[in-house]
Amino acid sequence: MSRTGIGLVLGLVVLAGCFSNDWEVSEKGDAVVLNGAGATFPSPVYSVWAFHFTESTERQVQVNYQGVGSGAGVNQLKEGTIDFAGSDSPLQADELEKDGLTQFPMLAGGVVVVLNVPGMTDGACRLPADVLADIFLGKITKWNDPRIVAANPDGKLPDLDITVVYRADSSGTSFLFTHYLTQVSPPWAEKVGAGAAVRFPVGIGGQKNPGVCNNVAKISGAISYTEYSYALETGLACASLQNAAGKFVAPSVASFTEALKNADWEKAPGFYMILTNAAGENSYPITGITYLLYRKNLDETKKSALWRYLDWCFTGGKFKARELHYVPIPEEVVEKIQEIHP
Amino acid sequence: MSDKLFQTFCWLCALWIPAVLLVILFRLVGSSAEAWNTFGWKFLISCEWNPVEGKFGAIPAILGTLLTTGMAIFLAVPLGFLTAFFLSDVPPWLGKPLSHALDLLAAIPSVIYGMWGLFVLAPIMQKYVQPWMLDSLGLRYLPFVGKDGNGFGFFTAGVVLTLMILPYISAIMRDVFSMTPTLLREAAFGIGCTRWEAAWDITVRYGLRGLLGGIFIGLGRALGETMAVLFIIGNVIRVPSGIFDSGTTIAATLANHFAEADGLMRSVLFALGLILLVLAFGVQVLAWYYLQATKKQRGEA
Repeated sequence: MSRTGIGLVLGLVVLAGCFSNDWEVSEKGDAVVLNGAGATFPSPVYSVWAFHFTESTERQVQVNYQGVGSGAGVNQLKEGTIDFAGSDSPLQADELEKDGLTQFPMLAGGVVVVLNVPGMTDGACRLPADVLADIFLGKITKWNDPRIVAANPDGKLPDLDITVVYRADSSGTSFLFTHYLTQVSPPWAEKVGAGAAVRFPVGIGGQKNPGVCNNVAKISGAISYTEYSYALETGLACASLQNAAGKFVAPSVASFTEALKNADWEKAPGFYMILTNAAGENSYPITGITYLLYRKNLDETKKSALWRYLDWCFTGGKFKARELHYVPIPEEVVEKIQEIHP
Repeated sequence: MSDKLFQTFCWLCALWIPAVLLVILFRLVGSSAEAWNTFGWKFLISCEWNPVEGKFGAIPAILGTLLTTGMAIFLAVPLGFLTAFFLSDVPPWLGKPLSHALDLLAAIPSVIYGMWGLFVLAPIMQKYVQPWMLDSLGLRYLPFVGKDGNGFGFFTAGVVLTLMILPYISAIMRDVFSMTPTLLREAAFGIGCTRWEAAWDITVRYGLRGLLGGIFIGLGRALGETMAVLFIIGNVIRVPSGIFDSGTTIAATLANHFAEADGLMRSVLFALGLILLVLAFGVQVLAWYYLQATKKQRGEA
């Protein structure tokens, strides 16, 4: 009995210790805490940013971010439980107006087509837009199909069945990929369409980006789509895709940035922009932007702290983003974002 | 005074249970209203799932849940029963460590089972078990098995679920067995019963309520299990044609789509959650009904 008592007292002391630490921080410098949640795609960068920024302000501004998914983040923001949200799909200008939200791009990245075909190295396989759509529609079933061979006259394509792998969970990655196919292929637009979750006509599902990559690596003849950083990590071969100008472009930070620069931001209220099939000869066709949103009626102390954080992200933070293979927003666009700075 | 306080406190604690249940139920009904208004009761019998066109049906997920749970119970109950029977009858030097191991198994988080299923069991299934079952046993000619297996799907999920609920079922059954009065069992041996007859006719009859309780704890866990199933079910929203098919369950569908869902789809997911709750409740009611109906037979009343 006395043992339990001692344990209890010890536990209480430890607990009290935890709390008192927290108090000290907030008492010392009136720390402003910014809570954010949303898209999982940028969350590796957001957590690195949050950590380094919080350190650089000597804990006066503390930024937290939880990767819970774009939809969940935006819902929480609308309900007012968080201060800012991350979202992979932008809201339309009228929806922003209705809920009193501000939205702008934070980072970009690319969705790449990965494949596991013996003899095909990174960037070597060229897939025209209509061929890519027909592979995912199940119309092309062999790697040595004449239409793939015609696009790759130099490559030796094996007599191998194509196994399509797709993202089983709802995701911004699936949205970008199917949005591209919808734009370039009328049959795809008619039969499947674009969305975070669609009914894929053929193939097997993979669980999130790692699951998709794992399946592609395991199955010879597999093709799928994933985020660029995951393709780099797993070392899977990426395909070169055909952009709006008809050129084949391999995925790289440079070709993603090119797509961002060539976008017509003047005609994009609320920075609403979906960069698939972007203009420009060197633009990668499936480039995606991840957005940050906050409520316009956020209280002033928090708002100025948030902008202090954002200014840091766009200047000092961008190098950290590049280290993680994410694409920072080019300066031309950052200048436009600064215009809405209160 | 302190008695009064204690009584109030006990009441509050007891009332928590129905209060939480009711709040969850209201929330599920309220949030799924849009789905029920859009599809009506046809949601329960529709096989379609096309988020782009906004057409949803619950059948693939319901069938998947029932199939994996059914397989798990079918495999785990006899195994759990025999394990418990053995544990309650062996000498303590063997029974004690085995019992502790069993309790430890129950404490392993489900995500560990899921990862083990994904990285260890699924490849083994794909390379050895499924080809052997399909070709050597000739199961491919049966209508409900499927023509080929890629390691993922209902069968693998069912096996993992079996392993997950086995410790629960056998731990409770073991306790029930040990509660049977020694006098009854000795009497049974005295009139010449074998060990099996003593277990089946005395222990099982005596502790049927407890045994069923164990089965239902396992069943409840299998119905709602998410992470372990998510890794290995294949995540295809389609009506299954065989147990080697990839598919989905209600819990796996929720986990896959909840984070990115809004509007009608979010409401549909809440509706699926409500269905899962009703399923679990229905199972409880059936069990209670069974116990009531067989009361006389078992000589309880």
